[in-house]
Amino acid sequence: MTRVAGTAEEALGDVPDGATVMIGGFGPAGQPVELVEALLASGAGDLVVVSNNAGNGDDALARLVRDGRVRRIVCSFPRQVDSWHFDAAFRAGRIELELVPQGNLAERIRAAGAGIGAFFTPTGYGTPLAEGKETRVLDGVPMVLETPIRADVALVKAHRADTVGNLVYRRTARNFGPVMATAAGRTVAQVRDVVPAGALDPEAVVTPGIYVEAVVALDSTTAVAGATA
Amino acid sequence: MTAHDPLTGPLTSPLTREQLAARVAADIAPGSYVNLGIGLPTLVGDHLPPGSGVTLHTENGMLGMGPAPAPEDVDPELVNAGKVPVTELPGASYFHQADSFAMMRGGHIDVCVLGAFQVSAGGDLANWSTGAPDAIPAVGGAMDLAVGARRTVVMMTLLAKDGAPKLVEECTLPLTGVGCVSRVYADRAVIDVGPGRDAHGRAVVVERFGVGHAELEDLLGLTLGGEG
Repeated sequence: MTRVAGTAEEALGDVPDGATVMIGGFGPAGQPVELVEALLASGAGDLVVVSNNAGNGDDALARLVRDGRVRRIVCSFPRQVDSWHFDAAFRAGRIELELVPQGNLAERIRAAGAGIGAFFTPTGYGTPLAEGKETRVLDGVPMVLETPIRADVALVKAHRADTVGNLVYRRTARNFGPVMATAAGRTVAQVRDVVPAGALDPEAVVTPGIYVEAVVALDSTTAVAGATA
Repeated sequence: MTAHDPLTGPLTSPLTREQLAARVAADIAPGSYVNLGIGLPTLVGDHLPPGSGVTLHTENGMLGMGPAPAPEDVDPELVNAGKVPVTELPGASYFHQADSFAMMRGGHIDVCVLGAFQVSAGGDLANWSTGAPDAIPAVGGAMDLAVGARRTVVMMTLLAKDGAPKLVEECTLPLTGVGCVSRVYADRAVIDVGPGRDAHGRAVVVERFGVGHAELEDLLGLTLGGEG
């Protein structure tokens, strides 16, 4: 049963120290900004964060990294023109990085949500990111064994939810939300509005409510990312 | 577009960026599904003829990507893989990251055009890391794109800013993919690599722009197949 929360803090609930937290978004698009702010305010530390990027500018994820609250980040593209907090933490050896090709990141998260134990993929074969991993030639193609990535909590941003937790997304802000929602013990979604059950077209639902523990309607604004690369 | 159409006659000088983009676009079959990498390859989109029916894929989750919006139409939730605002063409669709990369890895994208630091005669690609010890690493979708499309081609300058050849016998920088590139479109030549090598294992010159075959071999320090 999905909770409809009144505030980001209430939606977030208890995130213990040492938790693994997935954070949706591709840069600012689809980033659950207010939920990450709530995570920052909660004081939770020693976190493992799974996210495509490692924070932009002084956004909430960047401040989590700056404040030493993230022990380890699993990420495809930490380096951005405005990733100065991650860059400083990484150079000072204050954060551990697992660099994962973006498609492998998505598929490893999907595998966790789908109960897949591991999978072989051609991505990364023969590169430094596959060093030490098991390989096999399948149907003539060299492949690398990759394992699932699961989390204790997933924080995602969708466009709209209904009161039973069904989610629809908007444009390219969809990105990691649907796969992350499946791969965590608890998924919290921030949305622009929550509508009554029955008000979303069932054919258009992207994330069924079974995956969603809490939703919260927040008037989120996303900074335009024209300057980042 | 540039005043000089690179396809109408022999050139006496290397191609400009725009001419190179037009040259790459000329080889993209009508109706193709295409992914254009960040940087130089993005220019190819401007040279696809109207009505070609080419559909652009962006790996952050969209097919049917259109050009940059007017400033008043910028939507922070509609961006390309470089996180730059784009637009939605009629017939566009959105999908999540696992679907987007399944589409790529599963061989459904016809052509992927990538930039490169180095490409080897065998078609190995290095385009994600300069190997500098103090660099902040980042890979994004580079490794997935390199091995996923039916045909992966590279668009680059033939020489680095310091004059070092970027088409090499063996890559010295960290690899993005092994044997994945089939053709290099560069400012001075179009050269087949990987599966397109000749029986002697040499990269094969398909076209030259303002440079002789022997001069090209000298610049690269490689023996090349093809005319010569």
